[in-house]
Order: sequence, then C-alpha cells, then structure tokens
Amino acid sequence: MNKKMNAFVSGVVALGFSAHGAQAETLRLLTWGGYAPDSVIELFEEKYPDIDVEVTFSNNEEMVAKLRATGGSGYDLAQPSVSRIKAAQAEYGIYKPMDLSQVDTSVFQPNMMEAMEKYAEIDGEIYSIPHVWGTQGLVVDISKAPEVEGWTDLCDPQYKGRVSMRLKRALLLGFAFDTGKDPFAAYDDFEAYEAMIDEIGETLIDCKDNVKTYWTGGDDLSALLLSGEIVVSDAWDSTAFKLYKENPDIRFIPTRTGALAWIDTFTLPKRGEADDAAYKWINFVNQPEIVTMISESSGAVSAVKGGVELMPEGAREAVAAAFDEEALDNLKFMPSVPPGLEDLEGRVLDRVKAATSE
Amino acid sequence: MGRSADRLSLVLLFTPFALWIGLLIVLPQLGIGYVSLREKVGVNEFTFGFGNYAAFFEEPIYRNTLLRTAWISILVTALALIMGFPVAYYIAKIAKERSRAGLFLMCLIPLWVSDLVRAYGWILLLRETGVISTTLVSLGIISGPVEMLYNDVTVIIGLVYTVILFMIVPLVSTLQGMDDALLEAGYNLGGSRLTVFRRIIVPYAMPGIVAGCIITFMLTAGSYLTPILLGGKNSSWFTEQIYTQFITRYNWEMGSTFGVLLLIFTSLVVWLGLRLTGQSLATTVAKE
Repeated sequence: MNKKMNAFVSGVVALGFSAHGAQAETLRLLTWGGYAPDSVIELFEEKYPDIDVEVTFSNNEEMVAKLRATGGSGYDLAQPSVSRIKAAQAEYGIYKPMDLSQVDTSVFQPNMMEAMEKYAEIDGEIYSIPHVWGTQGLVVDISKAPEVEGWTDLCDPQYKGRVSMRLKRALLLGFAFDTGKDPFAAYDDFEAYEAMIDEIGETLIDCKDNVKTYWTGGDDLSALLLSGEIVVSDAWDSTAFKLYKENPDIRFIPTRTGALAWIDTFTLPKRGEADDAAYKWINFVNQPEIVTMISESSGAVSAVKGGVELMPEGAREAVAAAFDEEALDNLKFMPSVPPGLEDLEGRVLDRVKAATSE
Repeated sequence: MGRSADRLSLVLLFTPFALWIGLLIVLPQLGIGYVSLREKVGVNEFTFGFGNYAAFFEEPIYRNTLLRTAWISILVTALALIMGFPVAYYIAKIAKERSRAGLFLMCLIPLWVSDLVRAYGWILLLRETGVISTTLVSLGIISGPVEMLYNDVTVIIGLVYTVILFMIVPLVSTLQGMDDALLEAGYNLGGSRLTVFRRIIVPYAMPGIVAGCIITFMLTAGSYLTPILLGGKNSSWFTEQIYTQFITRYNWEMGSTFGVLLLIFTSLVVWLGLRLTGQSLATTVAKE
C-alpha cells in the first residue's frame, strides 16, 4: 500500500515538473474558429517547447469587447479585422504598436501590407500585421437558385422562405452597393449615411417575409444550406468554400457589385505579456506548409504571396469557381469603421429584427 | 463570555453570505447602475443624466421587446405551473415512498445536460428536415416537410422544458409536508374533488406555488440561449438586446440601462403578481 502510494505521489510530482519545470511561457491567442487548428499548435509547441499556446475563439465584436473590459490584458495576441483597429484604439486604447523588425514582412502580398499602412496606422505607427483575408458575398445552391447575382436578389419573391441572412452590418453595405450607392464614401457624413441605411432598413423589413431565419454562426448556415432548407444567403466565402467540398452545387457568388473584402490581422493587445512568443507565432504561421493547414481549417486565404495557390486543393477549386479575374479586381476592401457608425447601423438592424412579418 | 462566543459565531456564519451578496450581487449592480447614468457625448467624453433611460422610452422597439419578453415569461410560468403541479402532486402524494426518489431523479436528469445541448436537441427534432417532420412525411400523415422551428411556440416549448423543474421542486417539498388527514377530513365533510383541491390543496401549496412562479419567471425573463437558438426572425428577446448593446454596439451605457430596467421591470411584475393574488412574501415563501 505504502509503496503504491509512493509511486503515485512521485508520479504526480513528475507530472507537475514536466508541466512547469521547463519555465513554460504561455501565448494566449484571441482568434477566430479555425485560425489556430490543433495540428498547427502541436507543430508550434514542438518547435518551441517552452511556449504553451492557449486559444480562445471569438469574433470581431467580442474581441474588442473583451479587450475593452480588461483594458487590453488577458491575451497576448488578437486577430481582429483591419476595420476594427483605428476606432477601437481611439476609443478604448486596447492595442499596442507592432515592432515590424520582428516580422518578416517580405512574405506578404504587397497590397496586404499597403492595407495595413492605410487602415491600421495611427500616429505613424503600424498596429497590425495581415494574416488571412476573405470576402463576404452570397452563397447559393445553383441547382435551385441559378439566377442569383446580387445582394438585392435576397428579396426576390421566387425564393420566399428559402432565404437566410446574417443581420449584421455587411448586409447593409451589400444592399447599399447593389442599389447603386457607395457606403464607404458616406462614412464621414453621418447624416447621409443614416438616410441611406434607413432606406435599406425599410427594404429589409419589406422583404422579411422572404427570410426563413437570420443565421448567427457558420455552423447554423452550413446546416441550413446542406439540408436544403434554404437556397441562398449572405455568407463568408470561407463557409461557402467549405460547403463546396460537401456539395459542389453550393457556390460562392461575389455579386455583381463586387464582394466585400476583409483582412483579419495579428494585433498585440496593449497589455499582452508574451510579445516574443507572439512574433514567433506570426512568423511560424506564415510558412507555406502551415499556411495550407490554416487555410484548410479556416477556408480563408492567407495574406502571404501566392496565398491562393497555397490553399488546399478543394478550396482552391472553390475559389476558382467563385472568382474570375474581374471579380478579383472588383473586391471592395472594407475601410476602418469610424466611431459611432455602428450605433447608427445597430438601430436600423434592431428595427429590422423587431419588425413583424407573416 | 458565552455572549461574545455567540456573537463570534454569528459573525463567522454571516461573513461568507455578506461577502457573496456584497461582492457578487450588490457591487456589480451598483456598477451597472452607475454606468447606466453615464451618457456618451463623444469619444471618451461622458456626462451624467437620465438620457439613456429617456432613449429607451422613446424607442418603441426596446419597449415592445421588454413587454414581449415579460408577456411570454408570464405565459411560460403559467404553463410550467399547470404542467408541473400534477407531476409534483403525483411525486409527493400518490407515488409510493420507494419510487419517489426515482421519479424525482427522472425530473432532475435533464438538468445534467447543458442548456445549449438541450436547445440543439429541440432543433434536431423540430427543424424542417428534422426528426419529427421527416417521420410524419414518411408515415404519410403530412404531404410535405413542415417547419416547426423559428417561431414563438417553439421558444415557449423550449423555455417550459428548461424551467419546469424549478417549478416542480418547491411544489414537491411543500406538498410533501401536507398531512393526508387534511384531505380525508375534506372528503368526509362532503367536499367534492374540486372543492378539496381548491380549498385545501392549493392554499396549502401556496408557498411552493409562489416560490416556483418567482423562480421560473425570473429564469425565463433572464434566459438567453433558448430564445436565441429556437426563436425565429420575429422573436426578439430582451436579453438579446442587452447582449447586442454591450458586444456588437460597444454601448455599455445603453446595455447597463437595459439591465437595470429588466431588473426593475421583473421585480415589478413579481410584486404585481403577489398583490393581485393577495399573497405576500412573508406569508408564502418565508413562511415557517
């Protein structure tokens, strides 16, 4: 009995040592689902045995809210979209500038780094490094809804009850473009912007009968499309590309007015405690074979040169089916959201959600 | 000597409770109350006032959502009472001593699974391509698939299922204390079943009924997952508004205002309910 006990105790002690003995540093990653798959974390921890990676999955709004609640601590590396850097930094001061000498920026596509200089630069300092990009547009089951081309087709009565939408700002932007307006140009003129989205809100309320349900997460949308319960929805291209593998009739449509493009970044929270580990992670995931692994699990395209070619085979095919040269030229990169704009949009979206229909 | 020891034990026993109430309930509520009075006028600029409350009353959407939430919560509470009472009565009075524990356990088992999983269970059953719809179609009872998800009825079903246990437990414990002799006396004096139920059982069970109703109402009005997952395009829920304000709109001030209003409003409904039924907390929940 005593011997057994001793063996047990020494076992526990040994376990304790192996976990803490190496003075492990922890890299706390605040990111999106699919951006840090277990296989990549394993390889990273193999290469840097003294770094433990902890991952929290989130989305843009929650990332900012979480960092705001803690004043920028609790995480060592975050991945908000580039459009969520400037306003969040101005209002809440939750990020710190990047030390670009720590990152090999030559691997990135030039236009990706340019976007950082344009949208993530405050007082001469760059706050973000690009990681992956993708677009928002429509996802369509072309065997059942072959004629869908633009955002306003979501309101086409022939798809009544077979449509889903995500009640977020991209929907307003898409409808604005499809009705011939340029919402990005109106960003600075709140009155004009409000009038414009009010009108879109009315349109969305009128076509609420068309909608089966508003989806809230990628899994939601996947289930609705794969079961055939809906035939068209607005979507992230990454979700659409993943569905393409299951059912090649499900295609991403960049829309006639151009898909809305986003770039998810690497940004350091203000009070992150493992900057070195964070830079190691950034350089690590930009290696070609890791890029492919992350594209596989996220469906998004890496910001490194040749990102599309580095996508796994099925996804590359889906991208080719969705984007021709013209569609790629027509991408609408989403600029920084000015403070207060989301409040206006939120009011319109609330109104749409609260309106009653059949 | 004895007195100071008594006092010490009182202090020691009271401290954890006071800390819990103070640090986890009163303090955060004060914080929320403080933030709700802060009005945002610009980037990092604030003034104090009731502007957020005024904004709530000006916007019919928020008002209506709160009323809707309260109305559905009352309905859910009533349904939970109607469905829970027979179950509780059976467990407490009719079932044999030996099977009582087993029956009680069966009511508890659904609680071992998280809210989220239970909600997804309903989704699998009720969706257009779900279990019930496809079964009905294959049995030839209906001609085409039918959508049973994404409406208020589904939300109510899901909520009743989630909260009914909190109705059953207090009811069982009150009913168990009832002496069967009371019922026999009622029948011997010529009372019909209805009279015995109305004049003896219900008054006796009142503390349990009030406690159960308060718990289920508060749980329902404050629930988030079930209405979000099962609700459809038309079913907004007030807690969802609070989440939206805090998270997607970065508007903590408005979110706090909503939080305070939800607390006040639900307390008001409970108070009104007690007044209308002629009960008070002292004679029911806190009855010795």
